[in-house]
Amino acid sequence: MEPLLALQNVSKTFRRSGGSVVHAVRGVDLEVGYGETLALVGESGSGKSTLGRIALGLLKPDQGRVMLAGKCLNELPPDELRLARTAMQPIFQDATASLNPRRSARELMAQALRGRPQAIEQRAIALLDSVGLRPGAEYLPRYPHELSGGQRQRLAIARALAVEPKLVIADEPLSGADVSIRGQILNLLIGIKEERGVAYLMITHDISIARAFADRVAVMMQGEIVETGPAKEVLSAPRHSYTKQLVAAVPMLDAPVNAGALEAGD
Amino acid sequence: MRRFLDRFLAYRAGMTAGLYVLFLIAVAIAAALWPGIDPHEISDRAMVAPSMAHLLGTDELGRDVLLGLIYGVRVSLTVGFSAALAATVIGVLIGAAAGFYGGWLDLVVMRISEVFQVVPGFIMAAVIIALSGPGLSRVVMVIALLAWPQIARLMRGEVMRVKQLEFVDAVRCLGVREWVILGTEVIPNSLAPVLAGATLIVAQAILLEASLSFLGLSSADIISWGRMLNSGQRFLFNAPWLSIFPGFAIFITVLAFNLLGDAVGSALNPKTQR
Repeated sequence: MEPLLALQNVSKTFRRSGGSVVHAVRGVDLEVGYGETLALVGESGSGKSTLGRIALGLLKPDQGRVMLAGKCLNELPPDELRLARTAMQPIFQDATASLNPRRSARELMAQALRGRPQAIEQRAIALLDSVGLRPGAEYLPRYPHELSGGQRQRLAIARALAVEPKLVIADEPLSGADVSIRGQILNLLIGIKEERGVAYLMITHDISIARAFADRVAVMMQGEIVETGPAKEVLSAPRHSYTKQLVAAVPMLDAPVNAGALEAGD
Repeated sequence: MRRFLDRFLAYRAGMTAGLYVLFLIAVAIAAALWPGIDPHEISDRAMVAPSMAHLLGTDELGRDVLLGLIYGVRVSLTVGFSAALAATVIGVLIGAAAGFYGGWLDLVVMRISEVFQVVPGFIMAAVIIALSGPGLSRVVMVIALLAWPQIARLMRGEVMRVKQLEFVDAVRCLGVREWVILGTEVIPNSLAPVLAGATLIVAQAILLEASLSFLGLSSADIISWGRMLNSGQRFLFNAPWLSIFPGFAIFITVLAFNLLGDAVGSALNPKTQR
Protein backbone atom coordinates (compact mmCIF):
# COMPACT_ATOMS: atom_id res chain seq x y z
CA MET A 1 0.00 0.00 0.00
CA GLU A 2 1.24 3.45 -0.82
CA PRO A 3 2.16 5.66 2.15
CA LEU A 4 -0.07 8.58 3.23
CA LEU A 5 2.74 11.09 2.88
CA ALA A 6 5.93 10.54 0.97
CA LEU A 7 8.72 13.05 0.56
CA GLN A 8 10.97 12.06 -2.31
CA ASN A 9 14.47 13.47 -2.62
CA VAL A 10 13.39 16.84 -1.23
CA SER A 11 15.91 19.67 -1.02
CA LYS A 12 15.61 23.29 0.06
CA THR A 13 18.29 25.94 0.10
CA PHE A 14 17.97 29.37 1.66
CA ARG A 15 20.01 32.34 0.67
CA ARG A 16 20.89 34.58 3.60
CA SER A 17 20.96 38.33 3.12
CA GLY A 18 24.75 38.26 3.54
CA GLY A 19 25.00 36.05 0.47
CA SER A 20 25.82 32.83 2.31
CA VAL A 21 23.80 29.76 1.46
CA VAL A 22 22.09 27.44 3.92
CA HIS A 23 21.20 23.93 2.79
CA ALA A 24 18.28 23.47 5.17
CA VAL A 25 17.11 20.20 3.65
CA ARG A 26 19.21 17.99 1.37
CA GLY A 27 17.84 15.08 -0.56
CA VAL A 28 15.45 13.81 2.09
CA ASP A 29 13.25 10.75 1.59
CA LEU A 30 10.61 10.25 4.23
CA GLU A 31 7.35 8.33 4.47
CA VAL A 32 4.45 8.41 6.89
CA GLY A 33 1.92 5.58 6.68
CA TYR A 34 -1.81 5.78 7.41
CA GLY A 35 -2.37 6.01 11.15
CA GLU A 36 1.33 5.97 11.84
CA THR A 37 3.19 8.29 14.16
CA LEU A 38 6.57 9.33 12.94
CA ALA A 39 8.78 11.42 15.19
CA LEU A 40 11.24 13.61 13.33
CA VAL A 41 13.93 14.43 15.86
CA GLY A 42 17.00 16.59 15.63
CA GLU A 43 18.43 19.66 17.28
CA SER A 44 17.39 23.15 16.33
CA GLY A 45 18.70 24.17 12.95
CA SER A 46 18.73 20.62 11.63
CA GLY A 47 16.09 21.47 9.04
CA LYS A 48 13.20 19.53 10.55
CA SER A 49 10.82 22.50 10.71
CA THR A 50 11.64 23.40 7.11
CA LEU A 51 10.85 19.82 6.14
CA GLY A 52 7.52 20.10 7.97
CA ARG A 53 6.63 23.27 6.10
CA ILE A 54 7.52 21.63 2.82
CA ALA A 55 5.30 18.67 3.65
CA LEU A 56 2.41 21.03 4.41
CA GLY A 57 2.89 22.73 1.06
CA LEU A 58 3.65 26.04 2.76
CA LEU A 59 7.14 26.06 1.30
CA LYS A 60 8.11 25.02 -2.19
CA PRO A 61 11.06 22.63 -2.29
CA ASP A 62 13.85 23.48 -4.73
CA GLN A 63 13.93 19.87 -5.73
CA GLY A 64 11.99 16.67 -5.08
CA ARG A 65 8.35 15.76 -4.71
CA VAL A 66 5.74 15.76 -1.98
CA MET A 67 3.25 12.92 -2.48
CA LEU A 68 0.04 12.93 -0.48
CA ALA A 69 -2.08 9.78 -0.85
CA GLY A 70 -0.47 9.16 -4.21
CA LYS A 71 -0.95 12.68 -5.55
CA CYS A 72 2.03 14.89 -6.19
CA LEU A 73 1.30 18.18 -4.45
CA ASN A 74 3.88 20.22 -6.32
CA GLU A 75 2.26 19.37 -9.62
CA LEU A 76 -1.34 20.19 -8.63
CA PRO A 77 -2.92 23.42 -9.87
CA PRO A 78 -3.42 25.96 -7.03
CA ASP A 79 -7.12 25.26 -6.52
CA GLU A 80 -6.64 21.51 -6.22
CA LEU A 81 -3.64 21.98 -3.95
CA ARG A 82 -5.78 24.20 -1.73
CA LEU A 83 -8.31 21.42 -1.23
CA ALA A 84 -5.91 18.48 -1.22
CA ARG A 85 -3.75 19.91 1.53
CA THR A 86 -6.65 20.03 3.98
CA ALA A 87 -5.93 16.34 4.55
CA MET A 88 -2.91 17.60 6.47
CA GLN A 89 -3.20 20.00 9.37
CA PRO A 90 -0.46 21.77 11.28
CA ILE A 91 -0.12 22.25 15.00
CA PHE A 92 2.46 24.86 15.77
CA GLN A 93 4.70 25.41 18.73
CA ASP A 94 3.24 28.76 19.66
CA ALA A 95 -0.54 28.50 19.85
CA THR A 96 -0.77 32.25 20.44
CA ALA A 97 0.80 32.95 17.07
CA SER A 98 -1.27 30.32 15.30
CA LEU A 99 -4.63 31.91 16.20
CA ASN A 100 -5.74 35.19 14.64
CA PRO A 101 -6.00 37.48 17.71
CA ARG A 102 -9.04 39.22 16.25
CA ARG A 103 -11.18 36.12 16.01
CA SER A 104 -13.23 34.45 18.71
CA ALA A 105 -13.17 30.69 19.16
CA ARG A 106 -16.50 30.58 17.31
CA GLU A 107 -15.08 32.39 14.28
CA LEU A 108 -11.86 30.38 14.34
CA MET A 109 -13.82 27.12 14.32
CA ALA A 110 -16.25 28.39 11.67
CA GLN A 111 -13.34 29.02 9.31
CA ALA A 112 -12.52 25.33 9.43
CA LEU A 113 -16.08 24.00 9.32
CA ARG A 114 -18.38 24.07 6.32
CA GLY A 115 -22.15 23.87 6.32
CA ARG A 116 -25.18 25.56 7.81
CA PRO A 117 -24.56 27.94 10.75
CA GLN A 118 -26.51 25.78 13.16
CA ALA A 119 -24.62 22.64 12.19
CA ILE A 120 -21.33 24.49 12.46
CA GLU A 121 -22.17 25.61 15.98
CA GLN A 122 -23.02 22.05 17.03
CA ARG A 123 -19.84 20.61 15.55
CA ALA A 124 -17.70 23.37 17.02
CA ILE A 125 -19.06 22.65 20.48
CA ALA A 126 -18.50 18.91 20.06
CA LEU A 127 -14.92 19.49 18.91
CA LEU A 128 -14.14 21.87 21.77
CA ASP A 129 -15.55 19.30 24.18
CA SER A 130 -13.41 16.60 22.63
CA VAL A 131 -10.17 18.53 23.18
CA GLY A 132 -11.05 19.21 26.80
CA LEU A 133 -12.49 22.72 26.51
CA ARG A 134 -15.64 21.78 28.41
CA PRO A 135 -18.34 22.89 28.15
CA GLY A 136 -17.57 23.87 24.57
CA ALA A 137 -20.43 26.34 24.31
CA GLU A 138 -18.84 28.49 27.00
CA TYR A 139 -15.61 28.80 25.05
CA LEU A 140 -17.22 29.83 21.74
CA PRO A 141 -17.38 33.59 22.40
CA ARG A 142 -13.87 33.79 23.86
CA TYR A 143 -10.91 35.38 22.15
CA PRO A 144 -7.44 33.83 22.21
CA HIS A 145 -6.11 36.39 24.71
CA GLU A 146 -8.85 35.36 27.12
CA LEU A 147 -7.56 31.78 27.18
CA SER A 148 -4.56 30.27 28.95
CA GLY A 149 -1.63 28.95 26.93
CA GLY A 150 -2.78 25.37 27.28
CA GLN A 151 -6.36 26.27 26.32
CA ARG A 152 -5.10 28.09 23.25
CA GLN A 153 -3.18 25.01 22.14
CA ARG A 154 -6.33 22.91 22.69
CA LEU A 155 -8.31 25.38 20.57
CA ALA A 156 -5.68 25.16 17.83
CA ILE A 157 -5.91 21.37 17.97
CA ALA A 158 -9.72 21.47 17.78
CA ARG A 159 -9.54 23.67 14.71
CA ALA A 160 -7.06 21.33 13.07
CA LEU A 161 -9.36 18.37 13.75
CA ALA A 162 -12.37 20.24 12.34
CA VAL A 163 -11.35 19.50 8.76
CA GLU A 164 -10.87 15.81 9.63
CA PRO A 165 -7.27 15.51 8.57
CA LYS A 166 -5.59 12.19 7.90
CA LEU A 167 -2.25 13.57 8.96
CA VAL A 168 -1.36 16.07 11.68
CA ILE A 169 2.01 17.73 11.33
CA ALA A 170 2.93 18.97 14.77
CA ASP A 171 5.99 21.19 15.07
CA GLU A 172 7.17 21.17 18.69
CA PRO A 173 3.56 21.23 19.90
CA LEU A 174 4.56 21.05 23.55
CA SER A 175 7.46 23.48 23.67
CA GLY A 176 5.24 26.54 23.86
CA ALA A 177 3.21 25.11 26.73
CA ASP A 178 3.91 25.28 30.43
CA VAL A 179 5.71 22.24 31.80
CA SER A 180 2.71 21.45 33.97
CA ILE A 181 0.36 21.12 31.01
CA ARG A 182 2.69 19.43 28.56
CA GLY A 183 1.63 16.05 29.85
CA GLN A 184 -2.05 16.93 29.36
CA ILE A 185 -1.49 18.07 25.78
CA LEU A 186 0.59 14.99 25.04
CA ASN A 187 -2.17 12.76 26.43
CA LEU A 188 -4.70 14.65 24.31
CA LEU A 189 -2.64 14.04 21.17
CA ILE A 190 -2.30 10.33 22.04
CA GLY A 191 -6.05 10.12 22.68
CA ILE A 192 -6.79 11.71 19.30
CA LYS A 193 -4.53 9.20 17.59
CA GLU A 194 -6.32 6.29 19.24
CA GLU A 195 -9.82 7.63 18.66
CA ARG A 196 -9.52 9.01 15.15
CA GLY A 197 -6.65 7.00 13.74
CA VAL A 198 -4.90 10.08 12.41
CA ALA A 199 -1.24 9.85 11.48
CA TYR A 200 1.27 12.19 13.06
CA LEU A 201 4.45 13.72 11.84
CA MET A 202 5.78 14.89 15.18
CA ILE A 203 8.65 17.33 14.82
CA THR A 204 10.54 17.58 18.08
CA HIS A 205 13.97 17.99 19.59
CA ASP A 206 12.77 16.10 22.65
CA ILE A 207 13.66 12.41 22.56
CA SER A 208 11.37 11.67 25.50
CA ILE A 209 8.33 12.79 23.49
CA ALA A 210 9.39 10.59 20.62
CA ARG A 211 9.75 7.72 23.05
CA ALA A 212 6.31 8.27 24.59
CA PHE A 213 4.50 8.61 21.35
CA ALA A 214 6.14 7.46 18.15
CA ASP A 215 5.90 4.25 16.15
CA ARG A 216 8.89 5.23 14.08
CA VAL A 217 11.68 7.74 14.48
CA ALA A 218 13.65 9.62 11.87
CA VAL A 219 16.74 11.49 13.01
CA MET A 220 17.72 14.61 11.13
CA MET A 221 21.09 16.33 11.18
CA GLN A 222 22.22 19.26 9.07
CA GLY A 223 19.45 18.79 6.56
CA GLU A 224 19.76 15.05 6.13
CA ILE A 225 18.02 12.04 7.62
CA VAL A 226 20.83 10.11 9.25
CA GLU A 227 18.88 7.32 10.85
CA THR A 228 15.37 5.98 10.67
CA GLY A 229 13.57 2.98 12.06
CA PRO A 230 11.10 1.72 14.67
CA ALA A 231 11.11 3.98 17.72
CA LYS A 232 12.12 1.23 20.14
CA GLU A 233 15.12 0.20 18.08
CA VAL A 234 16.39 3.65 17.21
CA LEU A 235 16.03 5.01 20.71
CA SER A 236 17.32 1.98 22.56
CA ALA A 237 20.07 1.00 20.17
CA PRO A 238 21.01 4.06 18.11
CA ARG A 239 23.48 3.34 15.35
CA HIS A 240 24.45 6.78 14.20
CA SER A 241 26.75 8.73 16.52
CA TYR A 242 24.50 11.79 16.33
CA THR A 243 21.51 9.77 17.50
CA LYS A 244 23.58 8.42 20.35
CA GLN A 245 24.39 11.95 21.43
CA LEU A 246 20.75 12.97 21.27
CA VAL A 247 19.63 9.96 23.27
CA ALA A 248 22.44 10.37 25.80
CA ALA A 249 21.53 14.02 26.34
CA VAL A 250 18.14 13.10 27.81
CA PRO A 251 17.99 12.45 31.53
CA MET A 252 16.41 9.05 32.06
CA LEU A 253 14.07 7.71 34.66
CA ASP A 254 13.81 4.17 33.35
CA ALA A 255 17.51 3.72 33.89
CA PRO A 256 18.11 -0.03 33.59
CA VAL A 257 16.85 -0.50 30.05
CA ASN A 258 18.47 2.57 28.62
CA ALA A 259 21.70 2.32 30.50
CA GLY A 260 22.13 -1.10 28.94
CA ALA A 261 21.22 0.30 25.56
CA LEU A 262 23.78 3.04 25.90
CA GLU A 263 26.52 0.61 26.78
CA ALA A 264 25.59 -1.52 23.84
CA GLY A 265 25.69 1.59 21.69
CA ASP A 266 29.11 2.66 22.92
CA MET B 1 -8.54 48.55 22.47
CA ARG B 2 -8.38 49.28 26.20
CA ARG B 3 -4.59 49.04 26.13
CA PHE B 4 -4.48 51.34 23.12
CA LEU B 5 -6.61 53.94 24.90
CA ASP B 6 -4.52 53.78 28.07
CA ARG B 7 -1.31 54.20 26.15
CA PHE B 8 -2.73 56.93 23.96
CA LEU B 9 -3.83 58.94 26.98
CA ALA B 10 -0.27 58.75 28.29
CA TYR B 11 0.79 61.08 25.48
CA ARG B 12 -0.25 64.47 26.79
CA ALA B 13 0.57 66.37 23.59
CA GLY B 14 -1.34 63.83 21.53
CA MET B 15 -4.31 63.95 23.85
CA THR B 16 -4.43 67.75 23.78
CA ALA B 17 -4.21 67.62 20.00
CA GLY B 18 -7.01 65.03 19.96
CA LEU B 19 -9.24 67.25 22.08
CA TYR B 20 -8.52 70.19 19.79
CA VAL B 21 -9.46 68.12 16.73
CA LEU B 22 -12.71 67.07 18.41
CA PHE B 23 -13.36 70.74 19.14
CA LEU B 24 -12.76 71.63 15.47
CA ILE B 25 -15.17 68.92 14.35
CA ALA B 26 -17.79 70.26 16.77
CA VAL B 27 -17.26 73.80 15.42
CA ALA B 28 -17.61 72.62 11.83
CA ILE B 29 -20.84 70.78 12.61
CA ALA B 30 -22.22 73.70 14.60
CA ALA B 31 -21.45 76.08 11.73
CA ALA B 32 -23.23 73.79 9.31
CA LEU B 33 -26.32 73.44 11.52
CA TRP B 34 -26.63 77.01 12.77
CA PRO B 35 -29.37 78.72 10.77
CA GLY B 36 -29.48 82.23 9.42
CA ILE B 37 -25.84 83.20 9.59
CA ASP B 38 -24.07 84.15 6.39
CA PRO B 39 -20.30 84.44 6.66
CA HIS B 40 -20.29 86.20 3.28
CA GLU B 41 -22.45 88.99 4.67
CA ILE B 42 -20.99 92.38 3.94
CA SER B 43 -21.34 95.22 6.42
CA ASP B 44 -20.27 98.85 6.52
CA ARG B 45 -17.94 98.21 9.43
CA ALA B 46 -14.91 97.37 7.29
CA MET B 47 -11.39 96.86 8.64
CA VAL B 48 -12.46 97.07 12.25
CA ALA B 49 -9.73 95.96 14.66
CA PRO B 50 -10.54 93.14 17.08
CA SER B 51 -13.10 94.36 19.61
CA MET B 52 -15.99 93.04 21.66
CA ALA B 53 -18.35 93.32 18.69
CA HIS B 54 -15.92 91.56 16.35
CA LEU B 55 -13.57 89.44 18.44
CA LEU B 56 -11.06 88.95 15.62
CA GLY B 57 -11.92 92.09 13.65
CA THR B 58 -13.42 92.44 10.16
CA ASP B 59 -11.98 92.48 6.67
CA GLU B 60 -12.06 95.05 3.88
CA LEU B 61 -15.70 94.20 3.05
CA GLY B 62 -16.77 94.24 6.69
CA ARG B 63 -16.98 90.45 7.00
CA ASP B 64 -16.34 89.03 10.44
CA VAL B 65 -12.97 87.22 10.63
CA LEU B 66 -14.02 84.87 13.43
CA LEU B 67 -17.07 83.81 11.45
CA GLY B 68 -14.84 83.25 8.43
CA LEU B 69 -12.50 81.09 10.45
CA ILE B 70 -15.43 79.07 11.81
CA TYR B 71 -16.79 78.44 8.33
CA GLY B 72 -13.29 77.77 7.04
CA VAL B 73 -12.92 74.86 9.48
CA ARG B 74 -15.36 72.94 7.37
CA VAL B 75 -13.29 73.32 4.22
CA SER B 76 -10.04 72.42 5.95
CA LEU B 77 -11.49 69.35 7.68
CA THR B 78 -13.43 68.17 4.64
CA VAL B 79 -10.39 68.45 2.41
CA GLY B 80 -8.12 66.92 5.06
CA PHE B 81 -10.33 63.98 5.92
CA SER B 82 -11.49 63.13 2.41
CA ALA B 83 -7.98 63.36 0.99
CA ALA B 84 -6.63 61.18 3.80
CA LEU B 85 -9.48 58.68 3.34
CA ALA B 86 -8.97 58.47 -0.42
CA ALA B 87 -5.19 58.15 -0.07
CA THR B 88 -5.63 55.49 2.61
CA VAL B 89 -8.06 53.37 0.62
CA ILE B 90 -5.86 53.48 -2.47
CA GLY B 91 -2.66 53.00 -0.50
CA VAL B 92 -4.01 50.12 1.60
CA LEU B 93 -5.26 48.15 -1.40
CA ILE B 94 -2.18 48.68 -3.54
CA GLY B 95 0.30 48.29 -0.69
CA ALA B 96 -1.41 45.15 0.59
CA ALA B 97 -1.42 43.51 -2.83
CA ALA B 98 2.23 44.40 -3.37
CA GLY B 99 3.34 43.13 0.02
CA PHE B 100 1.24 39.96 -0.13
CA TYR B 101 1.87 38.78 -3.67
CA GLY B 102 5.39 40.21 -4.06
CA GLY B 103 7.22 39.53 -7.31
CA TRP B 104 6.84 41.82 -10.28
CA LEU B 105 3.70 43.47 -8.83
CA ASP B 106 5.69 44.58 -5.80
CA LEU B 107 8.52 45.80 -8.00
CA VAL B 108 6.24 47.89 -10.22
CA VAL B 109 4.26 49.39 -7.32
CA MET B 110 7.38 50.35 -5.40
CA ARG B 111 8.99 52.01 -8.43
CA ILE B 112 5.81 54.00 -9.11
CA SER B 113 5.59 55.09 -5.49
CA GLU B 114 9.22 56.21 -5.62
CA VAL B 115 8.43 58.38 -8.63
CA PHE B 116 5.71 60.11 -6.62
CA GLN B 117 8.04 60.59 -3.68
CA VAL B 118 10.75 62.18 -5.79
CA VAL B 119 8.41 64.64 -7.53
CA PRO B 120 8.03 67.86 -5.48
CA GLY B 121 4.41 67.47 -4.33
CA PHE B 122 3.45 71.08 -3.92
CA ILE B 123 4.69 72.18 -7.31
CA MET B 124 2.96 69.25 -8.98
CA ALA B 125 -0.28 70.03 -7.15
CA ALA B 126 -0.07 73.70 -8.12
CA VAL B 127 0.51 72.81 -11.76
CA ILE B 128 -2.37 70.33 -11.89
CA ILE B 129 -4.80 72.72 -10.20
CA ALA B 130 -3.65 75.64 -12.35
CA LEU B 131 -4.24 73.59 -15.49
CA SER B 132 -7.50 71.94 -14.50
CA GLY B 133 -9.03 74.84 -12.62
CA PRO B 134 -9.86 75.20 -8.93
CA GLY B 135 -12.37 73.14 -6.99
CA LEU B 136 -12.32 71.32 -3.69
CA SER B 137 -12.84 67.86 -5.18
CA ARG B 138 -9.89 68.41 -7.50
CA VAL B 139 -7.73 69.46 -4.58
CA VAL B 140 -8.77 66.29 -2.73
CA MET B 141 -7.95 64.13 -5.74
CA VAL B 142 -4.56 65.74 -6.25
CA ILE B 143 -3.62 65.31 -2.60
CA ALA B 144 -4.77 61.68 -2.63
CA LEU B 145 -2.74 61.08 -5.77
CA LEU B 146 0.35 62.53 -4.12
CA ALA B 147 -0.11 60.90 -0.72
CA TRP B 148 -1.15 57.29 -1.43
CA PRO B 149 2.44 56.05 -1.87
CA GLN B 150 3.20 56.86 1.78
CA ILE B 151 0.31 54.66 2.89
CA ALA B 152 1.15 51.97 0.35
CA ARG B 153 4.71 51.70 1.67
CA LEU B 154 3.54 51.48 5.28
CA MET B 155 0.96 48.87 4.35
CA ARG B 156 3.37 46.84 2.27
CA GLY B 157 5.88 46.60 5.10
CA GLU B 158 3.27 45.57 7.63
CA VAL B 159 1.65 43.04 5.30
CA MET B 160 5.05 41.47 4.67
CA ARG B 161 5.44 41.06 8.42
CA VAL B 162 1.92 39.77 9.08
CA LYS B 163 1.75 37.38 6.13
CA GLN B 164 4.48 35.17 7.55
CA LEU B 165 2.81 34.82 10.96
CA GLU B 166 1.69 31.32 11.81
CA PHE B 167 -2.02 32.00 11.96
CA VAL B 168 -1.93 32.89 8.27
CA ASP B 169 -0.34 29.53 7.47
CA ALA B 170 -2.85 27.81 9.74
CA VAL B 171 -5.75 29.31 7.79
CA ARG B 172 -4.03 28.51 4.51
CA CYS B 173 -3.95 24.85 5.56
CA LEU B 174 -7.73 24.99 6.09
CA GLY B 175 -8.07 25.46 2.32
CA VAL B 176 -8.99 29.14 2.32
CA ARG B 177 -8.31 31.03 -0.93
CA GLU B 178 -5.32 33.35 -1.04
CA TRP B 179 -7.24 36.56 -1.73
CA VAL B 180 -9.65 35.73 1.09
CA ILE B 181 -6.67 35.23 3.40
CA LEU B 182 -5.35 38.64 2.34
CA GLY B 183 -8.70 40.34 2.92
CA THR B 184 -9.83 38.68 6.14
CA GLU B 185 -6.62 37.71 7.94
CA VAL B 186 -3.74 39.86 6.76
CA ILE B 187 -5.22 43.31 6.07
CA PRO B 188 -7.22 43.63 9.32
CA ASN B 189 -4.06 42.82 11.27
CA SER B 190 -1.92 45.27 9.29
CA LEU B 191 -3.91 48.50 9.63
CA ALA B 192 -2.39 49.92 12.82
CA PRO B 193 0.59 51.79 11.33
CA VAL B 194 -1.57 53.02 8.48
CA LEU B 195 -3.86 54.75 10.95
CA ALA B 196 -1.00 56.94 12.14
CA GLY B 197 0.10 57.61 8.57
CA ALA B 198 -3.42 58.64 7.58
CA THR B 199 -3.56 61.17 10.42
CA LEU B 200 -0.36 62.74 9.18
CA ILE B 201 -1.84 62.98 5.69
CA VAL B 202 -4.74 65.00 7.10
CA ALA B 203 -2.18 67.58 8.23
CA GLN B 204 -0.41 67.58 4.86
CA ALA B 205 -3.72 67.96 3.04
CA ILE B 206 -4.86 70.89 5.17
CA LEU B 207 -1.55 72.63 4.61
CA LEU B 208 -1.58 71.94 0.88
CA GLU B 209 -5.14 73.21 0.49
CA ALA B 210 -4.24 76.37 2.41
CA SER B 211 -1.11 76.86 0.30
CA LEU B 212 -3.04 76.47 -2.96
CA SER B 213 -5.73 78.87 -1.77
CA PHE B 214 -3.08 81.32 -0.65
CA LEU B 215 -1.70 81.30 -4.18
CA GLY B 216 -5.20 82.02 -5.43
CA LEU B 217 -5.76 78.51 -6.75
CA SER B 218 -9.19 78.15 -5.23
CA SER B 219 -12.61 79.48 -6.07
CA ALA B 220 -13.41 82.84 -4.51
CA ASP B 221 -16.86 81.86 -3.27
CA ILE B 222 -15.51 79.26 -0.87
CA ILE B 223 -14.31 80.53 2.46
CA SER B 224 -11.10 78.83 3.41
CA TRP B 225 -8.25 79.78 5.69
CA GLY B 226 -5.77 79.94 2.85
CA ARG B 227 -8.13 82.20 0.91
CA MET B 228 -8.44 84.54 3.91
CA LEU B 229 -4.64 84.69 4.17
CA ASN B 230 -4.45 85.48 0.49
CA SER B 231 -6.83 88.43 0.67
CA GLY B 232 -5.43 89.60 3.99
CA GLN B 233 -1.83 89.89 2.90
CA ARG B 234 -2.52 93.10 1.00
CA PHE B 235 -3.41 94.75 4.31
CA LEU B 236 -0.63 93.18 6.33
CA PHE B 237 0.44 96.52 7.85
CA ASN B 238 -2.98 98.24 8.16
CA ALA B 239 -4.95 95.25 9.35
CA PRO B 240 -2.56 92.51 10.52
CA TRP B 241 -5.44 90.58 12.16
CA LEU B 242 -6.62 89.57 8.69
CA SER B 243 -3.45 87.53 8.21
CA ILE B 244 -2.44 86.59 11.72
CA PHE B 245 -5.60 84.76 12.79
CA PRO B 246 -6.08 82.54 9.70
CA GLY B 247 -2.35 81.83 9.69
CA PHE B 248 -2.47 80.87 13.32
CA ALA B 249 -5.50 78.65 12.73
CA ILE B 250 -3.65 76.80 9.96
CA PHE B 251 -0.51 76.50 12.07
CA ILE B 252 -2.27 75.13 15.15
CA THR B 253 -4.45 72.72 13.18
CA VAL B 254 -1.59 71.26 11.15
CA LEU B 255 0.48 70.95 14.31
CA ALA B 256 -2.40 69.23 16.09
CA PHE B 257 -2.85 66.59 13.38
CA ASN B 258 0.90 65.95 13.33
CA LEU B 259 1.02 65.50 17.10
CA LEU B 260 -2.07 63.32 16.96
CA GLY B 261 -0.53 61.16 14.24
CA ASP B 262 2.67 60.74 16.24
CA ALA B 263 0.74 59.81 19.38
CA VAL B 264 -1.43 57.29 17.53
CA GLY B 265 1.67 55.77 15.97
CA SER B 266 3.47 55.50 19.30
CA ALA B 267 0.44 54.13 21.13
CA LEU B 268 -0.05 51.44 18.50
CA ASN B 269 3.60 50.47 18.45
CA PRO B 270 4.22 47.77 21.05
CA LYS B 271 7.93 48.56 21.04
CA THR B 272 7.61 52.04 22.53
CA GLN B 273 7.19 51.55 26.25
CA ARG B 274 6.52 54.41 28.59
